[in-house]
Amino acid sequence: MKNREEIAERLAASGYIADAELSTAISLMHLLRRPLLLEGEAGVGKTEVAKALANAHATELIRLQCYEGLDQSAALYEWNYQRQLLSIQAHRGEDADRVEDHIFSERYLLERPLLAAIRRATPPVLLIDEIDRADDEFEAFLLELLSDFQVSIPELGTVKATAIPHVVLTSNGTRELSDALRRRCLYHYVDYPDVDREARIIMARVSGASTSLALQIARMVESIRKEELRKVPGVAETLDWAAALVGLDIGNLQDAPDAVHETMMCLLKTHEDKARLTREVTARLLGKVA
Amino acid sequence: MSCCGPAPDFDGMDEVSRLVSTKLAAFLRTLRDNGFAVGLAEGQDAAVLMTAGYAERPGLLRSALKHLFSARKSDWEKFDGLFDAFWLGKRVRSRSKAAGSAKAANNPSLKSLQHAAERAGNDAATDQIPSADGSDSDRGGEGRMEGASRADNLAEVDFRKLADPEQVAQAHQAAADLARIMRTRLTRRDLARRRGYRLDLRRTIHRNISHGGVPISLIRRQRKEKPLRLVVLLDASGSMSMYTGVFLRFIHGVLDEFREAEAFLFHTRLAHVSDAMKERDASRALDRLSVMAQGAGGGTRIGESLQTFNRWHAARVIHSRTCVMIVSDGYETGDAALLGREMAALARRCRRIVWLNPMAGWQGYAPEAAGIKAALPHVDLYAPAHTLQSLTALEPYLARL
Repeated sequence: MKNREEIAERLAASGYIADAELSTAISLMHLLRRPLLLEGEAGVGKTEVAKALANAHATELIRLQCYEGLDQSAALYEWNYQRQLLSIQAHRGEDADRVEDHIFSERYLLERPLLAAIRRATPPVLLIDEIDRADDEFEAFLLELLSDFQVSIPELGTVKATAIPHVVLTSNGTRELSDALRRRCLYHYVDYPDVDREARIIMARVSGASTSLALQIARMVESIRKEELRKVPGVAETLDWAAALVGLDIGNLQDAPDAVHETMMCLLKTHEDKARLTREVTARLLGKVA
Repeated sequence: MSCCGPAPDFDGMDEVSRLVSTKLAAFLRTLRDNGFAVGLAEGQDAAVLMTAGYAERPGLLRSALKHLFSARKSDWEKFDGLFDAFWLGKRVRSRSKAAGSAKAANNPSLKSLQHAAERAGNDAATDQIPSADGSDSDRGGEGRMEGASRADNLAEVDFRKLADPEQVAQAHQAAADLARIMRTRLTRRDLARRRGYRLDLRRTIHRNISHGGVPISLIRRQRKEKPLRLVVLLDASGSMSMYTGVFLRFIHGVLDEFREAEAFLFHTRLAHVSDAMKERDASRALDRLSVMAQGAGGGTRIGESLQTFNRWHAARVIHSRTCVMIVSDGYETGDAALLGREMAALARRCRRIVWLNPMAGWQGYAPEAAGIKAALPHVDLYAPAHTLQSLTALEPYLARL
């Protein structure tokens, strides 16, 4: 997977329609072996990039979902306490040092995503999702891991990476990331797709959506995004909506303005937005879609 | 990054590639001047890209370098313009002009800031207005900023008259006190939980091996307290210019002391100024600030500025323990209804909204401007802020958050 046309093709085969810039980013990721940091509004398909990438590589996707308070034991490794306790009971009366060596061995180690990612035989795709939700300390730790690809476990020693994973980080911008982490990564801003690409995404993901319907939906969603909304619908919402319309057997949006308005709940997720897009507004937008 | 292939050997290169790498170095300098955080590793990777055949197709190279050098959305957006200007000799697109200060200079109050910074050295502080009752020193830190009587000529306002060393020191002190009080409060809270509420199994088992695994001495963990975050939105419009100076100093002090603080400045538009304000040296910070803030003078669009804030910054800078402090006189020249709506949206997001209005300290002032009327229902604390004393009076309130 060296050139970007091939990357775009392989991603498309796994259901992700990438634009030229994203394909470039992924080819660079392989060339320079840097992690890729994806930023963008919620719902533009950041996580999907990693999934499609794993699919295209025919490799495993290891996902670490970040949250406030995420620590090493949830992200890196943990000891299997129940088994350790059992083992201690079983070896009761033996030399304490030997028991200690025994229970802090590989057998009692539980891999968490980060450790798993560097101990695979073939390089997996490591998705670190919503890194901005984790706290600063975790970010610093992650930075260290991403530059050395080795982990030291006090009781066991240093674990070196057998294969360098393809790392994809996503961020929604709930917290400003450190400059060090940003510098370490390639940066790509994922924007809402344009009409053409969104239509292709709909066709790739929703079976039964015709080209004309997909285009209509994409145009409609684009004009809805231009309205002043609290929560702008993302690609995921578009796909939901397309699936709903296909499920209702609607082939042309113009034919069924009522159904279009009623299925808007797939796109609009707050009361205010719902109130703003009245039947009249929907009709006006529909008129432009044609 | 040594893992990215062999570093290019300068001596071993032919004339052309030497030219390219000189040019590349110059490009990196341009990027750094425009606020990109570009290190040596990135430069080396760029050289790798050039030799890997990217250099032959400008479009591809641009996109590749864009991913490599950008670190945030603002970088991402201005990169194309910078690249085109540097490598292809096109004119820089307007949106990448942020680094220049062409527009900032049009704003009367900001212009005076800039001038003040420039003239800082050679101008004596002759236009310092003494406090009306002239007894600053024995009233302990409540020096009054009575600039209102000179409000007739906005364009000629010299920022330096608010930069009297003594008053600056007091403003800093007020901010420092505020921060110190909050720190002690946080520590106290932490101590109360010293015993922890969650078992640390790993350490417990390790400790108790010698007891045959019977957990006799338990080790616990405690949660860390997140500090309060303070977000300051400062009105820097003409009508506020008498107060802008001292509040900028105050914000500078706050950003210095709080680990979590963000500052924004607005007049007709909103500008994120935390980075500029984090400059240690106050006058340099103000200098950077006047360069950064863009926007033509004329009126205050509080509603629109808040809308920008809610839309682009709020998600990032506001969490559940955030106090938003708006410093403004509430003279909205835009749509007051919009201001009301945006205030409502903001109130939903954050813990508290404090609205500081310097005019509120004046005798006979009533909040009758349409803007402040629309905003007040959503404000948790509405307080005057015309003296350092009134700033100091905020301490207990913020500490209670």
